[in-house]
Amino acid sequence: MDFIIQNILNALQWGSFYALIALGYTLVYGVLLLINFAHGDIFMVGAYIAFFVATLLLGGDGLGLGLSPAVTFALCIPLTMVLTAGVGVTLERVAYRPLRRKGAHRLYVVITALMCGLVLEYSNLTVLGASRKKFPELLEKTIWHFGDISVTNLKVLVIVAAVAVFVFLNFIVTKTKIGMAMRGISYDKFAIPLMGIPIDTIIVFTFILGSSFAGLAGLLFAMSYPILEPFMGMIIGWKAFIAAVVGGIGDIRGAFVGGFLLGFIEIGVVSVFPSTYRDLFAFSILLMILWMKPTGLFGVAKTTKI
Amino acid sequence: MREFFRKSGILSLTLLCCLTFAVTALAEDVIKVGFNLPLTGDIPEVGEGSKKAAEMYLKDINAKGGLEVGGKMYKLDFVFMDNESKAESAVNAALKLIEQEEVVAIIGPNSSKQAVPAGGTCNDNRVPMISPWSTNPDTTKDRPWVFRAAFLDPFQGPVVADFAAKKFNAKTAAVLFDISNDYSKGLAEIFKAKWEEKMGADAVVAFESHGTKDQDFSAQLTKIVSARPDFIFVPDNYNQVALIIQQARDLGYKGHFMGSDAWGTPDLIKLCGDDCYGQYFSTHYAAAGAQGATKVFIDRYKEMYGDVPADYAALTWDSIGLLVEGIRNAGEVDSNLRKMRKAVREGLASIKSFPGITGSMKFDEQGDPIKCAVVVRISDKGEFMFEESVCP
Repeated sequence: MDFIIQNILNALQWGSFYALIALGYTLVYGVLLLINFAHGDIFMVGAYIAFFVATLLLGGDGLGLGLSPAVTFALCIPLTMVLTAGVGVTLERVAYRPLRRKGAHRLYVVITALMCGLVLEYSNLTVLGASRKKFPELLEKTIWHFGDISVTNLKVLVIVAAVAVFVFLNFIVTKTKIGMAMRGISYDKFAIPLMGIPIDTIIVFTFILGSSFAGLAGLLFAMSYPILEPFMGMIIGWKAFIAAVVGGIGDIRGAFVGGFLLGFIEIGVVSVFPSTYRDLFAFSILLMILWMKPTGLFGVAKTTKI
Repeated sequence: MREFFRKSGILSLTLLCCLTFAVTALAEDVIKVGFNLPLTGDIPEVGEGSKKAAEMYLKDINAKGGLEVGGKMYKLDFVFMDNESKAESAVNAALKLIEQEEVVAIIGPNSSKQAVPAGGTCNDNRVPMISPWSTNPDTTKDRPWVFRAAFLDPFQGPVVADFAAKKFNAKTAAVLFDISNDYSKGLAEIFKAKWEEKMGADAVVAFESHGTKDQDFSAQLTKIVSARPDFIFVPDNYNQVALIIQQARDLGYKGHFMGSDAWGTPDLIKLCGDDCYGQYFSTHYAAAGAQGATKVFIDRYKEMYGDVPADYAALTWDSIGLLVEGIRNAGEVDSNLRKMRKAVREGLASIKSFPGITGSMKFDEQGDPIKCAVVVRISDKGEFMFEESVCP
């Protein structure tokens, strides 16, 4: 029993990262019908931004401000989110908007997104080198024991953050005016400007939302797995994208459920079988879900998405 | 137009002359050695350390006017090729060194994951190769053209098992290893066999694997922790070790860890921090408390680069030493590359013992050295302290 509960907690933590990243995919897809393949790398950039912000605030090499870890953590969250949002918006400005203006087919924008991801990875590799970075400890670690079950405060924080982000985004999209505009663009991109809705502003806002939560995911990931490398966003980004598709891409609940579903399947498979079976089983199960419901769990065939 | 052709004809002729001259000039008094190193990818520190040691050696020997073979001085020329810590890139790098750079011999790859496939390539192309750091038996097995400077996993595995049994009074062990890494997988299996032979059939209570790019090991570690082993053996690269130990502690594991020679890089301490203090691993040499030629090497390396050389740097140094010995044994430098490579291979195969800075080695008929291993403790300052030496 303890073994199962412990693994459920492990899966919740691991699934939280998938869910947080999948939310970013789903938002952009919902509004633009664009699969932003650079999103996994924006997550990586978020982790690196968090690293530089944290080392700058903590100090140590004489450069920093010498703040305490707790204050650093509190400042790190907004700073990382804002700076990562900046990177996301820059990508939109530099890569996606010009193509959109020229009326390029969606396929070319997807390819551009793939290229942007590679550009982010390799510019990191070139500028910072191949050697890995160690993320400083910001949160004093507490381990709670319940019998054989161990939970760290960080694990709880990650899970709470994922749920909070989901609730927040759900609120924005379904209850606010700007959310209504996002859904409107998704419904009909050509009619919406006629209603006097600034389409570019809404798209930028979508990128801000998606990227800032990728930044938050990067920060939390770096705290949980404190070793950073330039390619850390690649595989987790792909998997989160698959999770979003299985959940029904464009649907916020879908991204959330899909992310946790993938987390649960992966941890579940490894806790029973050898680790080599993990991706084979995980993705076979997801494939079966898509067989039964090709639109994904919450997806609706070709109507309003998001 | 005709003028143009004439001019370009003369130009290309001149160029051709220059080139031929340059090539013959190069071939005459330069010996080209290739290095197949992981400069990027999973273990960039390993490539970097090897490269630094090689550059130091190169500077030394060329400052003395080069290498004397058959009464003539030859300059050495080192070509460094990145294998991205990947098996397939290591094969490509080896082919590039053999075919484009036309090297006499290749040093590297370091890790068995790259050295096993690249060894096959070098053997098929009849180019001598020396792996400084690879400990998997398959690297040199039935490959007369492949040599190494490190001891083997069938030796290292029992060293770990014996040490853990003695030091921790351990009866049960758990293993967590990287299944996509020949080195990690091979060593894990050898250790398991040895431990079960020693302690009984069920003495390895958990035998878990993970993939190279994995960052979350919580499912495997939950299984391991619930099996309550006396210690966990982690024959993994340093970057994964740092994550594994931290996550095991988060899951409430309080026991010992034991590692293998892939732990031995200063980056381990940078990434792992105090989680790693007090743990043990087996390796090729201990920098703290070294004497003689080893100390000279360490001091000079420190002076040049500002950090303590890890085992792969020292082993690269020894590999170059072995190669130089092999070239000397060849007796003369043949301008025919294939003949020269063959002569160097014969020269290497005829080395019976070699006084390296990682200990003196004797070679068996397979081209594998028989040498001592060292068990190192990570001190509370993050230094690798000599604990004991185990000889075959």
